[in-house]
Amino acid sequence: MSGARELAAAVRAGERSARTVTEEALAAVAAGDGEVHAFLTVMGDEALAQADAVDAAVAQGRDPGPLAGVPVALKDNLCTRGIPTTCGSRILDGWRPPYDATVVELLRAAGAVALGKTNMDEFAMGSSTENSAFGPTRNPRGLDRVPGGSSGGSAAAVAAGFTPLGLGSDTGGSIRQPAALCGVVGLKPTYGSVSRYGLVAFASSLDQIGPFAANVEDAALLFDAVAAHDPRDSTSLPGVHPTTLEAVRAGADHVRVGLCPDLIEGCAPDVASRVYEAAEALSAAGAKVDEVRVPEFAYGLSAYYLIAPAEASSNLARYDGVRYGLRVEADDAAAMNTATRTAGFGAEVKRRIMLGTYALSAGYYDAYYAQAQRVRTLVVQAFDRAYASFDVLLGATAPTTAFALGAKVDDPMAMYMNDVCTIPSNLAGHPALSVPFGSGADGLPVGVQILAPALAEGLLFRVAGALEAGAPRPGTRS
Amino acid sequence: MSTDSWETVIGLEVHCELATRTKLFCGCRNAFGDEPNTNVCPVCLGLPGSLPVLNEYAVELAMRIGAALHCEIRASSFARKNYFYPDQAKDYQISQYDEPINVAGWLGLPGGSRVGVTRAHLEEDTGKLTHVGDGGRIGSARHALVDYNRSGVPLVEIVSEPDIRSAAQAREYASELRGILVATGASDGRLEEGSMRFDANVSVRPLGASEFGTRAEIKNLNSLRSLGRAIDYEAARQMALIAAGEPVHQETRHWDEAAGRTESMRSKEEANDYRYFPEPDLVPLAPDAAWQERVRASLGPMPADRRAELVGLLGGASTGAAADQIRAVVDLGLDPLVRAAVTAGAPAALALARAANELAAEGEAGLILAQAANELGPGADSPFTTIVVMESGGTLSPTQSKAVLSASVQAISADIKGGASVTAAIARSDPAALAKEMGFEALEADTLAAVVTDVIAKNPEEWARLVGGDDVTKKKLRGFFTGEVMKATAGKANGSEVAAELGRRL
Repeated sequence: MSGARELAAAVRAGERSARTVTEEALAAVAAGDGEVHAFLTVMGDEALAQADAVDAAVAQGRDPGPLAGVPVALKDNLCTRGIPTTCGSRILDGWRPPYDATVVELLRAAGAVALGKTNMDEFAMGSSTENSAFGPTRNPRGLDRVPGGSSGGSAAAVAAGFTPLGLGSDTGGSIRQPAALCGVVGLKPTYGSVSRYGLVAFASSLDQIGPFAANVEDAALLFDAVAAHDPRDSTSLPGVHPTTLEAVRAGADHVRVGLCPDLIEGCAPDVASRVYEAAEALSAAGAKVDEVRVPEFAYGLSAYYLIAPAEASSNLARYDGVRYGLRVEADDAAAMNTATRTAGFGAEVKRRIMLGTYALSAGYYDAYYAQAQRVRTLVVQAFDRAYASFDVLLGATAPTTAFALGAKVDDPMAMYMNDVCTIPSNLAGHPALSVPFGSGADGLPVGVQILAPALAEGLLFRVAGALEAGAPRPGTRS
Repeated sequence: MSTDSWETVIGLEVHCELATRTKLFCGCRNAFGDEPNTNVCPVCLGLPGSLPVLNEYAVELAMRIGAALHCEIRASSFARKNYFYPDQAKDYQISQYDEPINVAGWLGLPGGSRVGVTRAHLEEDTGKLTHVGDGGRIGSARHALVDYNRSGVPLVEIVSEPDIRSAAQAREYASELRGILVATGASDGRLEEGSMRFDANVSVRPLGASEFGTRAEIKNLNSLRSLGRAIDYEAARQMALIAAGEPVHQETRHWDEAAGRTESMRSKEEANDYRYFPEPDLVPLAPDAAWQERVRASLGPMPADRRAELVGLLGGASTGAAADQIRAVVDLGLDPLVRAAVTAGAPAALALARAANELAAEGEAGLILAQAANELGPGADSPFTTIVVMESGGTLSPTQSKAVLSASVQAISADIKGGASVTAAIARSDPAALAKEMGFEALEADTLAAVVTDVIAKNPEEWARLVGGDDVTKKKLRGFFTGEVMKATAGKANGSEVAAELGRRL
């Protein structure tokens, strides 16, 4: 399938119909998703109806929008009216949201076609998409490998070529890490630039919706379409209307790049090598590259694994069997709550609810939750210090290339370490982007991560565009 | 052990539903009595993915309450109070916790003492559970129904210092607070609709002790009467325990209105750990100085100011009965009517008495006149003023005046029930015509004189005793002759004119 920009241009010019594009995408999913399992729900009828609406607009001479007829995969924690929204969990069994998430409305307004809902780690808790109640997604670059997570379904859908675009959510790396493992572009935008209204919450102060795309320009195109102020989200920033698409071709000339060993040293040697090569590529493109140490990043993981579970323990309390989703009957309301939650949540979700409940408990709050918030402030200050001398930071996205299915399911700490390079940006609310850059010793894709201060997505896209232009040809796996 | 040597210590937590048009975090209607689960949306149902957005007018009303209670209004934030309960859509309540919007105020009681106000903070209400099954009691219900119309309704919780010392004082505090809440426009003050709900922290200690006793928190107090009864019961219970050498436990107790007693709900050990933490879906709330100033400037007179004004109209003194009348008139919001009547020339004592006794007795219908006075503004014609002025001028006797006032109020009320606007109903009412219709035309002076002559002629013995009797007899017989004249004139005679006529004959 061609890129999103070309597709939208062709549909807007009346050269291709949105219906044909959608039918091709649905056919690709039907043919290939049996082995990948990127989708939990394919929105066939709805997608075709939406495509017809786009075609009708073109026929009437109206502009259907910048994403005219472009299929988009939606992570299954984005509310879609009347369409099951599971969050990869049994606990939402049978629930169909009565409303669309703001991003879903914005996509429709831009002419995009929602193709379906993609697989994810349950409630976005995980780094491999193996925590889905509906079975894992496989990495299209190597079917015995995980796609990363938690937005593994959307990353895999783009990597498999089912769709040029996908939306995911990133709480500690859940867009960037699967983007890296699947060899696609993934952006975690500035906190507050994309509305969270209709994103089923995992950790509210960290969650942010962002794009997946096969190339940097398409990621910018999708980000520009979904980033906007939303009065329904109190944490939405006013005056957001980015134009990052134009930045992609602006080049990295004179951009001050801080090469950050603290985001590289814990990684596998092949991954680390690619990051250093990326730095050289940027130098060659005219960027000013220097090393910068940010030792505080090392404490991010610990702080994150207190703050995120604490918020999750509260956010997930509402799944009690009273109003929607699964209900397991019992003698009284409290017993029904317990039976429902015991049956409906998977092991990782239960683990984090317990961690978070503990961290907020009387007598432990100061030692855990409050202390983690102080560390969070330290990380923010460390970023500020680094950005006094640099425009962006450069590091790895994930410590390794895609690992084998099942390799880390019994070792939560090993799984958590996947997020060590991505978490600092979530703690600070800053944007960060993963762009493919060569491959590892196993021939699987490596992603490098570019980090920038709040609302500096334009800079991220400039650097990402330069890296994409200077990247070695993607390796194929032997 | 005598209860005389003990002191009861009380702190009150009052939940006040704010009179906003919409809920605290969404655009759903804030209304009492609608069909269950009709004023709901993804936000107040706590559906996955929904987010709260703070209602600015609720913040304004909270600030008005803070200003009226002499609080410091300050930068604040919201927290989540986590506990599982089916009436709670998200299984947490969004409430202000360690950073409330109003702190460190006080409320002056009509009796003169002050009760400290620790804080007055914003929070959301829960849904309403109805237990269905054997008798509707929590313990025996087979299942429960939840109505989420109330879910997300804005509340201000007003927490007092433990400065209250008796059930009567607690009622006085609650009643005065109600008046203030209504005066600020923050509440409709309808206790019967749950607009105000009380929790009482009660402990007892020997008189003169400086340390507090162990307290119990009593829940489910929805009327001033329950509040008073529950405190009296609980204080007596605690005193009896101590007298028997048994400890008072710190616990939450439920007031059983029918049984007239408090019952243990949960002990301190069983208390929930609410795991408060900052609400990440909302941003901090910091009303700037200009907003605070606007709020303070827009506050009208509070009940205490209005009582003082009525005392002034009475000439500065108020005896026990007049003080009660003043309190009743201000509590019911009838004071604008009294002020208008006095401005039009009626004696303050008369206007006050007619408002506190006759108008108050008309219930809701009587309040319509006050509502009209507020809507139409001072200076507008009011039937109340017309009638009281007619009475003070001698055109109507007190008996007639009361009858015309009642008939006038009922007619206006019926007109409004029939669809007329308050303004139109008031404009249409004509107390003078009504008095005429009721046959209350003043008697001509010579007609009255003729009737008096006739009555004296018919009762010569009584007249002789009146003329020659002692003071007690005179008073009694004056009453007799007045009554006879009234009978003869079918009530049309003016009492003071009859007295004057009788006086002349003596």
